[in-house]
Amino acid sequence: MLKKLAFAIVAAFAGSSAGLAADIQPVLLYDVGGKFDKSFNEAAHVGAEKFSTETRISYRDFEPSSETQYEQALKRFARRKADLIVAVGVGYSVAVRNVASQYPDVKFTVIDAIIELPNVQSITFRENEGSFLVGMIAAMKTESNKIGFIGGMDIPLIRRFERGYQQGAEYVNGDITLIENYVGTTPSAWNDPIKASEMARSQYARGADIIFSAAGPSGLGVIQAAKDTGNLSIGVDSNQNHVAPGFVLTSMLKRVDLAVYMAMKEASDGSWQAGHRVMGLEEGGVDYAVDEHNKGMFTDEMKARLEQARAKIISGEIVVGDVAGSNSSH
Amino acid sequence: MAGANKKLPLWAEAGLLPTLNLLAAFLVSGLVIWGLGEDPFLALSLLVDGAFGFQEAIGYTFYYATNFVFTGLAVSVAYHAGLFNIGGEGQAMLGGLGLTLAVFLVGDTSPFLAIGLAILGAAVFGAAWAFIPAWLQAKRGSHIVITTIMFNFIASALLAYLLVGPLQRPGGQMPESADFPAGVGLVHAHDLLAMMGMEFEQSPLNVSALIALACTFAVWFMLTRTRFGYELRVVGKNHSAARFAGIPVARMTIVAMMLSGALAGMMGLNEILGEQLRLIGNFTLGYGFVGIAVAFMGRNHPVGIVLAAILFGALYQGGAELAFEMPNITRDLIVMIQGLVILFAGAMEHLFRDPIERLFMRFRAREAA
Repeated sequence: MLKKLAFAIVAAFAGSSAGLAADIQPVLLYDVGGKFDKSFNEAAHVGAEKFSTETRISYRDFEPSSETQYEQALKRFARRKADLIVAVGVGYSVAVRNVASQYPDVKFTVIDAIIELPNVQSITFRENEGSFLVGMIAAMKTESNKIGFIGGMDIPLIRRFERGYQQGAEYVNGDITLIENYVGTTPSAWNDPIKASEMARSQYARGADIIFSAAGPSGLGVIQAAKDTGNLSIGVDSNQNHVAPGFVLTSMLKRVDLAVYMAMKEASDGSWQAGHRVMGLEEGGVDYAVDEHNKGMFTDEMKARLEQARAKIISGEIVVGDVAGSNSSH
Repeated sequence: MAGANKKLPLWAEAGLLPTLNLLAAFLVSGLVIWGLGEDPFLALSLLVDGAFGFQEAIGYTFYYATNFVFTGLAVSVAYHAGLFNIGGEGQAMLGGLGLTLAVFLVGDTSPFLAIGLAILGAAVFGAAWAFIPAWLQAKRGSHIVITTIMFNFIASALLAYLLVGPLQRPGGQMPESADFPAGVGLVHAHDLLAMMGMEFEQSPLNVSALIALACTFAVWFMLTRTRFGYELRVVGKNHSAARFAGIPVARMTIVAMMLSGALAGMMGLNEILGEQLRLIGNFTLGYGFVGIAVAFMGRNHPVGIVLAAILFGALYQGGAELAFEMPNITRDLIVMIQGLVILFAGAMEHLFRDPIERLFMRFRAREAA
């Protein structure tokens, strides 16, 4: 008991001394997918948590319940003198543009969109490069020579995943067949695991044995369908290998956590800069996930081919195709 | 005699009962919040403070309330004619579309004309969307509840199609239109007050709140002070009697629904023309459905609707504020609190009404004795 008390006092002191240093007030805003989507938003949450435990600076976060709340949330935190507002998701682009021009003293970091304002840092990813690698994995692993892709909302940003995936698969095997579906055309497509799961079942029934889903929370439906039908799926954004061990071949990591962590870290040590930052394979922004759940599915030969392709993409020998307008500015 | 006695005095009907219902809803919410390990009293004070504690909060509360006044009035006008309009959501979407088309049509030439046309466009498109189910009800007997619900889905699909197709903002990825031309938009309350020399914090509250109040008065006047309103209510009370009295029931049905649709359509004035300044795919956010709860909580009286709308506005704004302040309280819990208020104040109003009525009867019996 006494020990605990002493510990608490020490902790409180440590906390308050950290508080004496000019702490910044970072804020993290998720998109409508919600904080614990096991994918995109959760990656952002992990990044902020890492920053917070490392620096003992606490952060605020908020889950808007609809897109119309984006602007209200941004304005609210900007008015309350937050130092840095990190908004994750392409849906924030117009809202960040509007609010950032109204509050030039507040720093904004937006992920997945490009906003050209002196107080906005835009971070985008080369999702096509990471998708290229998981496309190779799918092509090397498939037995039916048919692979599937399920996108969330049908927008250029998600088409970019598909583009890289297809190119990577064809790089391994020129006559592989790709089946593609998109859950919808509105933001609700991110939150429809039931529809995504039906699409996945239909793709498996048509002969695909591996499906890559780039669909946020909807992708959980694809993983569920893989588990139910005894096929394989590929997760996205966060490492989703643990969601259904043995049925998730790998996950295309999009290091939103790294982006959020870096933005907050830079803001706290003063090196934060407005402008555009691209995170591709070279910068460690995208990758494929290997952990205890799926390492048995990779042979040394596969790994060697993947590392070779990675080196070629970084050196520019392989150019992964892109989709116009994936990170539009407003 | 017993019927006359059963009537509660106005202060109990309009003050005591809603307060009791609200307290019961907060009590249950408080228990849940307590179960989550948060202080329910702190949560309540954050909610109230977040809704009315400072100027910006008040602005937001009345901004949300404006939406609910429009949709609540829409439900109520149809209800007085005996029609249950569940299509407020779809009519509001179409109203937003009409408004946007009007703005893009003339916004570049004359912003002033565009605003006028936009108000008209919102009402006309909303009314037109209500016309089809109304006509089907009046002439073909298709039940209005079913058709209006289905028209919500059609409206949302239509809007999604237009916003990822012809109306999508150039280079955009989300279902939203391009920005409105500069100068097209309703004046904000803080700008208006500044013109009159008063300071008010920035908030999205805009002149459409005044338009909503004007509509409230117009609906009250129409329902209680005009022959048309009287006929409308007769149709609502008894079709056969109305027909016997020579009131054209089919025409009244259609006109009442179109008025209802126009009111719902004007919700876009507040959201689109007042604040967002671009058409967004799902800008209605279920406000059309909340309108049903608002209308019934306000006992379908225009003044009651305004009060109920303010209550719901406060719950929306205070709830958002609560979610900002208490990380443990998620957006889903806020929805639960709103749901409990609807449950106690709307669906379970007899829970307190019956005992209180009995109490009043006993008092009266004693007084008489």
